[in-house]
Amino acid sequence: MTRRTLLKFAAATALALASTGLFNCGGGAGDASKEIRIGSLQSTTGDTSTFGKSSDKGIALATEQRNKSGGILGKQIKIMPADTQSEIKVTEQAMLKLIQQDKVVAVIGEVASGRTMAASQAALDNHIPLLTPASTNEKVTKAGDYIFRSCYTDGLQGQWVAEYAAAHLGKKAALIYDTLSPYSVGLADRIKEVYAKLGGQILIETTYAGSNTKDFKTQLTAIREKNPEVIFLPGYYQEITSLVPQARRELGMKDVPFIGGDGWDSEETLKADKESMNHCFYINHYASNDPDPKVQAFVKTFRDHYNGETPDAMAVLAYDAANIMFNAIERAGSTDGPKIRDALAATTDFPGVTGNITIDANRNARKPGVVLEIVNGELVLREHMAPPAGK
Amino acid sequence: MTYFLQQLINGLAVGSTYALIALGYTMVYGVLRLINFAHGDVFMVGAFAGVYTSRFLQRARGISDEHLDQSFYTIILSLLAAMILCAILGFLIERFCYRPLRKSSRLSALITAIGISLFLEYLLQIEWHIGTLRFFGSTPTPVAQVAGWRNAIPWIQSHTGLSITGNQAFTFAMATLCLIGLILLVNFTRTGKAMRAVSVNYDAARLMGINVNQIISITFIIGSALAAVGGVVGSLGGSNIDPLMGVLPGLKAFIAAVIGGIGKIHGAALGGLLLGVVESFVGAAGWTQYQDAAAFLILIIMLLARPEGIFGKPAPEKV
Repeated sequence: MTRRTLLKFAAATALALASTGLFNCGGGAGDASKEIRIGSLQSTTGDTSTFGKSSDKGIALATEQRNKSGGILGKQIKIMPADTQSEIKVTEQAMLKLIQQDKVVAVIGEVASGRTMAASQAALDNHIPLLTPASTNEKVTKAGDYIFRSCYTDGLQGQWVAEYAAAHLGKKAALIYDTLSPYSVGLADRIKEVYAKLGGQILIETTYAGSNTKDFKTQLTAIREKNPEVIFLPGYYQEITSLVPQARRELGMKDVPFIGGDGWDSEETLKADKESMNHCFYINHYASNDPDPKVQAFVKTFRDHYNGETPDAMAVLAYDAANIMFNAIERAGSTDGPKIRDALAATTDFPGVTGNITIDANRNARKPGVVLEIVNGELVLREHMAPPAGK
Repeated sequence: MTYFLQQLINGLAVGSTYALIALGYTMVYGVLRLINFAHGDVFMVGAFAGVYTSRFLQRARGISDEHLDQSFYTIILSLLAAMILCAILGFLIERFCYRPLRKSSRLSALITAIGISLFLEYLLQIEWHIGTLRFFGSTPTPVAQVAGWRNAIPWIQSHTGLSITGNQAFTFAMATLCLIGLILLVNFTRTGKAMRAVSVNYDAARLMGINVNQIISITFIIGSALAAVGGVVGSLGGSNIDPLMGVLPGLKAFIAAVIGGIGKIHGAALGGLLLGVVESFVGAAGWTQYQDAAAFLILIIMLLARPEGIFGKPAPEKV
């Protein structure tokens, strides 16, 4: 090759190496031994970006409060962020970055069940406890004994959706869910199971592929043909805010109520097309207008901290999860992975904003839920759903 | 029967978007024998251009971003702005990425096309913040709807029981208009004649005094403008757009162009509509999970059975 091409090649290589160096220097800075580093694995950009942003806010608030009162074991807490971009592939890499580069002692995250499962292998391989504040799919904690969750599971959530629908909305339903989301598939299965037991009938079951699907007219036209009394929609807010307006406006299905799970919970759901989103229900982890004094105190603190913004379920769950994690590290008396793991497993009656939290033998939390209805862009608390009695 | 017709209408509306993108694919293949894989992403850029233009127009009129509503005028202006922007984009891509490779192997140009496609998709994943405004980024961007166009047109609904929304009607109308315009251009103007000449034989066209570089640039400009139209009308149906929205429609439009006979304009249009309708029927039959797979299955079958497409001329075997 000529001298010119050789020079060009060398320049390009040098540039490439330099740029990788530039983007890598975030992790090394700061002395890991003087602070306790906890990773926050969240989707701050992409299809489910409000989940990540809210979770980060909840975690940040908990961290600030804890740091003000002395931190844990005499050290300040530092939260290392990692954006999964709402993509499973990116999640795996983000988790590895947290563990290998940022040297975190534990990770809080992710929200979407599919992505938490993607991050699990790295957690198990490296003995880093992973606490998900909001992943509800049953399979998540089955991955291994370093994976914990501080929220209810889809087994319970799906049951509540089916129970509420059968009792208040109708016994003839349509079901539409996302085949690419383990959360949606798992929740749909459980809804079908319980609804059938309660005498409900699924008239038509149809699917879509992915949260960034934009056009649902084929599926909705098929659903309209069957004339259901209620439509189950266990999806995420991104596609829901396209689907429901399409059903209400373009297909004229104005009277049929929709009901889904916590994937609905986002400010985007309330901002979208207020007229269309009326008469929709979903199960959630908490209601911001719950009269419980603990909830109201938290809502006020959050609003004062974040410019009047009302915390959504993800923010509250992440706040509780962060505090559970801090509490566990305190009880473990060390930042050793296995010791934190054992302390997390022993969490009993932790006073969270979302209720008294006990981590059971399957590393799940037994907690109550609420049914919310969207009325003119506001959430109205309709019913409290209690977890089954027992351990 | 009404159900069947309803799904047919849904299919035609979706197919119109595919047709608009496919027209660009087929034109470029006609003159350059190049499959411009970046075309689906020009569609995406067109969608973004339209959304930001309408938002800018609204702000100029003092309407807040919360009020996602458009008027007919803002849609038309968005269309024009998107068409101009994508025409420029198409021109630049051709001029700086394909023209230097015209003497190289066909493969180099194809790989470059894929490279540009990926470049556009991932460049726009970066969020830009100007003040409190967010531009691009992987988080979906909301689309303003024209008030009332999401509803079914009332007199059609009352007379036939079918619901055709304003958006669907507009999409189909724009696709038809563009198709007619393109056919007129290609068959009744000098430029069109030159384009046809270049597609028959590149070198002979040069020898006849045609400025081939100019003709190819014009081809890209027109093709990209059509993709922009597709982007704007295609984004009206859903509630948001994102940088990866052009991947699947781009692939399907390519399939549509192949089905109809790549290089033939009416083939591309028919292929697009056909693909949209088939997709709709597959979904209506209950196999919604296989809607996308159906498109690719058709491609495979077509290439095996009749590779020249519906309107293509079977290439003779030279023995």
